[in-house]
Amino acid sequence: MAHKVSMTVNGVTRESEVEPRTLLVHHIREGLGLTGTHIGCDTSQCGACTIIMNGKAVKSCTVLAVQADGADIMTIEGLAKDGQLHPIQEGFWEEHGLQCGFCTPGMIMSAYDLLQRNASPSEAEIRHAIDGNLCRCTGYQHIVKSIQWAANKMASAPAGDD
Amino acid sequence: MAVTKLFGASIKRREDPRLMTGRANFTDDVRLPGMTSMAVLRSPHAHAKIVSIDTSAAKAMPGVVAVYTGADLIDDLAPVPCAWLVPNANLVIPEYRAVATDRVRFVGDAVAVVVAEDRYLAQDAADKIEVEYDVLPAVVDQEAATQDGAPQLYDNVPNNIAFHWELGGGDIDAAFADADVTISKRIVNQRLIPNPMETRGAVAAYNPGSGELTLWVTTQNPHVHRLLIALTTSTPESQVRIIAGDVGGGFGCKIPTYAGEMIACAIAKRLGRPVRWQEDRRENFVTTTHGRDHITQLEVAAKNDGTVTGIRVKTYASMGAHLSTAGPGVPTWLYALMLPGPYTIKNFHADVYGVLTNNTATDAYRGAGRPEATYLLERAMDLVARELKMDPVAVRSKNLVPAGEFPYTSAAGLLYDSGNYQGALAKALEVIDYAGFRAEQAKAREEGRLLGIGFSTYVEVCGLAPSAAAGAMGFQGGLWESAIVRFHPTGKVTVFTGTNSHGQGHKTTFAQVVADELGVPFEDVDIVHGDTQMVPMGMGTYGSRSLAVGGAAIVSASRMVVEKARTIAAHLMEVGVDDVTFDSGTFYVTGAPDKVKTIQEVALASYLAWNMPEGVTPGLEATYFYDPSNNVYPFGTHVCVVEVDKDTGQVAFKRYVAIDDVGYVVNPMIVDGQVHGGITQGLAQAVYESAVYDEAGQLLTGSLMDYAIPKAAMLPWFEVDRTETPSPTNVMGIKGAGETGTIASTPAVANAILDALAPYGVDHIDMPLTPQKIWRLIHEQKG
Amino acid sequence: MYPAAFDYAKPATVAEAVSLLSANPDAKILNGGHSLLPAMKLRLAQPAMLVDIGGISELKQVSVNGGATIGAAATYDDLLKHDGLKAHTALYEAMSKVGDVQVRNRGTVGGSAAHADPAADIPAALIALGAELVAVGPNGTRTIAADDFFVDILTTALEPDEVLTEIRIPASGASSAYEKFAHPASGYAVCGVAVALERDGEGTVTNARIAVTGSVYKATRCSAAEAAITGTKATAADIEAAAAVAADGLELAGDHYASAEYRGHLTKVLTKRALTRAAG
Repeated sequence: MAHKVSMTVNGVTRESEVEPRTLLVHHIREGLGLTGTHIGCDTSQCGACTIIMNGKAVKSCTVLAVQADGADIMTIEGLAKDGQLHPIQEGFWEEHGLQCGFCTPGMIMSAYDLLQRNASPSEAEIRHAIDGNLCRCTGYQHIVKSIQWAANKMASAPAGDD
Repeated sequence: MAVTKLFGASIKRREDPRLMTGRANFTDDVRLPGMTSMAVLRSPHAHAKIVSIDTSAAKAMPGVVAVYTGADLIDDLAPVPCAWLVPNANLVIPEYRAVATDRVRFVGDAVAVVVAEDRYLAQDAADKIEVEYDVLPAVVDQEAATQDGAPQLYDNVPNNIAFHWELGGGDIDAAFADADVTISKRIVNQRLIPNPMETRGAVAAYNPGSGELTLWVTTQNPHVHRLLIALTTSTPESQVRIIAGDVGGGFGCKIPTYAGEMIACAIAKRLGRPVRWQEDRRENFVTTTHGRDHITQLEVAAKNDGTVTGIRVKTYASMGAHLSTAGPGVPTWLYALMLPGPYTIKNFHADVYGVLTNNTATDAYRGAGRPEATYLLERAMDLVARELKMDPVAVRSKNLVPAGEFPYTSAAGLLYDSGNYQGALAKALEVIDYAGFRAEQAKAREEGRLLGIGFSTYVEVCGLAPSAAAGAMGFQGGLWESAIVRFHPTGKVTVFTGTNSHGQGHKTTFAQVVADELGVPFEDVDIVHGDTQMVPMGMGTYGSRSLAVGGAAIVSASRMVVEKARTIAAHLMEVGVDDVTFDSGTFYVTGAPDKVKTIQEVALASYLAWNMPEGVTPGLEATYFYDPSNNVYPFGTHVCVVEVDKDTGQVAFKRYVAIDDVGYVVNPMIVDGQVHGGITQGLAQAVYESAVYDEAGQLLTGSLMDYAIPKAAMLPWFEVDRTETPSPTNVMGIKGAGETGTIASTPAVANAILDALAPYGVDHIDMPLTPQKIWRLIHEQKG
Repeated sequence: MYPAAFDYAKPATVAEAVSLLSANPDAKILNGGHSLLPAMKLRLAQPAMLVDIGGISELKQVSVNGGATIGAAATYDDLLKHDGLKAHTALYEAMSKVGDVQVRNRGTVGGSAAHADPAADIPAALIALGAELVAVGPNGTRTIAADDFFVDILTTALEPDEVLTEIRIPASGASSAYEKFAHPASGYAVCGVAVALERDGEGTVTNARIAVTGSVYKATRCSAAEAAITGTKATAADIEAAAAVAADGLELAGDHYASAEYRGHLTKVLTKRALTRAAG
């Protein structure tokens, strides 16, 4: 039986009908056509599907679309504003924080969650904060540097609406 | 060559903005009208006869388009191919069908396929297929599989031995007869699961009107895929188009051509509707090829002064339930040729059994054979040091090929291109402060703390070549690479390469090289790869070959373009070709400084073709197929420092230093990233990762909840530096950087832990060195 | 991964949730979903209905006043923001070590307790702190001691038609700690030990509660270690002696990563570490 759901996705209200079993990540990718959010595992380990839901990083493969009814959601497509990369994206670019790029959207979402809570995280805090995101390419060192770069940038020029 | 401008600069990757903003195009992102979803029903048994399959309930499910069994598809698909036919090995390639017909041989073997309107419905229907199995005894231990009475996978492969191969150099028997000391050790190199973050997937579309078959697939080598898909689906190669969009990591496991994409193609041709398939991670664990999995008896012969005179191995390599595309080449050539390593070891012998077992097939995994050899050799160096009570660094120094002896012919007959092995070792010792560390270690031991240091002085072979060598080794392909460099009339440039990036940043590195060669802005150079309709035949990306072979092809094509442009420029400026010099994108005339033509002006003139030199054709582009004369040989020294917690056996990484020499470096930032990622995978083999099967052939580590790929907090900070010894083999002087980290790090880490445990008299533990294993040894020694 | 089909209901009150559960014997409660949904994706669980308690605001209430009352649907992330909970150190530390950021943003103490995974962190902490769990069912409200709540692997004292509504941590004044050896892949506890010590004015331990998870088939008290440390001043030697018997009487679990013997050993090591911190 289909359920009506309405959620704000990257600032736009999206109304849809979904089966109760539809995972939020499938709704985002198939229903809403936003393929930047990826699926890397079955068991909530890899974090490739991480999005921001009501201000917090969550694994969208472990949320039903019906549970997100009424939620405010940001996916990777919604991070850059007006053609301007977000400082976290800039950091990943400057410090070579990605190789194949498959884990990157989820990784950036977790970095976003972290920097909301902790504006100047240490290396250890960054490593701990991305514990729920697996990257098979980088060995994480450049990701740590990317997030540090972003923290510095955001500290020197606080983002207006974040 | 002159290292100028962009060559050597850490340019930000042009790939990144798309990937960072959710605008990538991975296979699972492809959307086509009328697209169906495919689910594969897989065997839950490692070895069984299929008694019956009832698909009637599945076919009746809502949204189901079709259901197929192996029998339904037998005429549509040739067997899954193996393309490395190792000679002189009594190689038998057993027939392996994309969908099993009468027998399954590993957990995950395909039994039936459902195509439905969406993936949920496909799964619902797959759950309704009834399969009756007659379960057979399974064997997953490759040594046991060769014994009489072991379960037999194929009637035409007695004792499950798919091949038996030997390689040697020097006089190994004499080396052992003359040795002062010999060491014998059984060493297991455990099975690993590559786990790129993007699982494998395919979207197949067939146009019944034109006969064109298009396959979007996650592959490292699109043209090899085209060839094998054409052959196995009986489609003319000219009608097959392979598109590898963004590829989310490969590490070797996206080299082979697999059952999954073959099935998708066959069904797309049957239905005339696009078929989409993407592995679940659970499927990826059992159907995408694994790596390593050797059981080896290692023997070492040495003199009292530390000179290692002989290495002899008898290795049982698990090939899994069938021979994957490049499977037989990995534990043979790619392994044994590197057994002498960076040392002046004159005598070696390898005796390798390729054994079929009831588990997932093995094939290349980052390093492919070379990590297995390097691990044995670097463990051997430490074992010799322990035996002779020498410093492990001294043993290595004693045996390293001296810097003055290059090019050096190894005992395996390889011609090491260039090197300064002691230089890298010396730099590593300085960075780590070796003397200081040993003092600190002695003090720590007095306090009851377990500090350890481990070294790995390695050389690896990559950028494999020439094609004639491939032929001699039985590899059913060439080892060359292609390039087209094309100027457009506006002066913009497109470069087509047969290599295929899956994270390595080719679009950036190659554009740096081309911008330098042609003297055009970096932004004006586009790199195209991954689409067989656009790119000339190429061999793809593996074995750290893309820049050493593919990049060198691009440089040669660029230089051909410049030469043609020079001819046109001379004509336009009404001077002789010999009077024209080219520098940074501009043609100058000697002695006439006012006469210049930019290469962009020449490009436009070449396409207008109003005024061409006699005999020169219009247009400005060049195609070059480069077949290198030799391999390239990166080398270096990795050092790891650990502290072991005596109470729990847990390992804390204190430092990790990597000094690599990959020749000249085009983009240091990208190379650093390759090194970091490589170290991580090798370190993970030493302490975290292992595919564990039970005796029935069930994979006990079949999810990311069980199989430990490292997380950020499980890794040290990598201190990475380089020495630079150019390779004389290619025009750029570069070697290869994709696999050095993986090859070097595994033994460095293992040696460090075993050094920490030296007070307990422990000289070897098989990987992964988990806390439990370490604690047990400490506990038993104490007990 | 693709769950099998089910019906979905999102009640606004506990009473409504209870009546849905009573009317649908194959229904399951959906809270944070971080235990149930992965099992459903693998089709290891195929409930006919999910009753989503995420819309019942009373279940998200938290009050801290000496003791603490935690709504069953409060997320770890919300709870970790309550400084008052830091006094209940074992629980606070256990929560901070659950899964990863994303899991803590969705997962709940109530969900972990009700799921009763034998390698979960929360059950050990609840037992050590002497927590009580409140359940509402068709016959009203009852309170279950944590000691009695965890019955077996994935099995609790809850009836199928009961809703776990809150967890109460008593104001015992105990000093507590949680130590964990995490599995490198799953992040679950290979072994986790929670301890809580009550001491008199002289520093003598008057009451000790020590609970282990991960090493065992269900979160279990280490009675021998509790007895050994009770009545002592919790000196290093006392702690050593108590830790040495921590695994006594436990039914230890083992697998290829960590054998029963090794887990028994870890139980002792972590008991020592947790006691040392709690006593410090």
